Amino acid sequence: MKRVIFGMIALLALGAGAPVGNGYEIGDTVADFKLKNFDDRMVSLSDYKNTKGFIVIFDCNTCPYSKAYNSRIIALHEKYGNQGFPVITINPNDPTISKGDSFEKMAANATSKGYKFPYLVDETQSVAKAFGATNTPHVFVLRKDGKGLKVAYIGAIDNSSSDQSAVSKRYVEEAVDALLGNGAVTVTKTKAIGCGIKWKNS
Amino acid sequence: MKKSDPSPRDTSFAEYNALVLGMRILVFLGLLLVGPACEGQGVELMKLEPLRQTIQQEQRVQVINFWATWCGPCLKELPLFEKLNGERSDIRILLVSLDMDLDPDPQKVRSFVARKKLKSTVIILDERNPNEWIDKLEKSWSGAIPATLVINNKTGKRRFVERELHAGELEKLISEIE
Repeated sequence: MKRVIFGMIALLALGAGAPVGNGYEIGDTVADFKLKNFDDRMVSLSDYKNTKGFIVIFDCNTCPYSKAYNSRIIALHEKYGNQGFPVITINPNDPTISKGDSFEKMAANATSKGYKFPYLVDETQSVAKAFGATNTPHVFVLRKDGKGLKVAYIGAIDNSSSDQSAVSKRYVEEAVDALLGNGAVTVTKTKAIGCGIKWKNS
Repeated sequence: MKKSDPSPRDTSFAEYNALVLGMRILVFLGLLLVGPACEGQGVELMKLEPLRQTIQQEQRVQVINFWATWCGPCLKELPLFEKLNGERSDIRILLVSLDMDLDPDPQKVRSFVARKKLKSTVIILDERNPNEWIDKLEKSWSGAIPATLVINNKTGKRRFVERELHAGELEKLISEIE
């Protein structure tokens, strides 16, 4: 019996802070959230009345992949923001583990880059957990239908993180283009190397 | 026929000896300079298929850690693998660097391995387009690092953890698959 209890405690300990395998799947309805933006404003998905969907990206200041993709994230908003698919970035990293992801540093980063889209702080990490985000940058394309917001794509921005000229698959653009043309998204899930989210107490 | 072609044979014996000595000194000095940097030279580039084969063929319990030199939490947990590598010769430790994905310069990894004097076997995964190879290694893996696979081919058991490990956790994972 002692062994069983010990094993259970061990399993619980191993599972703590790693909500891998949970979260939204393709077609799931997304719950709204309310998070603080880098400009101190509170932002919810329901604030946007006339959008067709969203490009939600879990992102941060510090990850080399986030840095490599930063200009591509800004370009996504420039391209799709006024077509009804604005970008919303969310930083889930625990700033006590990742010092460069403090609210002040987020605000400085977003201001210097001239973000025209939200860069929200997910202080309790509950939004990242609800989505099942694992790394940065991790993209969720959402589309609006009569009943709410549905997940249409989960994964990477494109298939070449280091060399932008070698990109041959623009996953997010292909998904949003399909949704804008009322077509079906062909590639709905992709994987990419990235920085694991810095979970609290993990 | 005149022997006018310049060749080493035409050089006088004394000159030849001086030349050899000079070269030896140069090589010796060269080794002194680059010696420490050479330690990381054993770090091989490996494609996915040979990596999968070597994992499948191994009879010992294996701990395969996916890391990169840019990844802070990966570097924090590296000593756990190094410690295990020193303590348990019955376990194979393999540190798979994913550096090439972001920066295709293997020398960065080799210098790191030399500087940190890593004793565990390090290989550099030589693949592009993670979307094509991540699932072939582990279906449940999102691609976030650090990540660690603990596998026992004899029992067919495996554990996969997609986060930083802390002291004691590795031993627990190993005991679960032994």
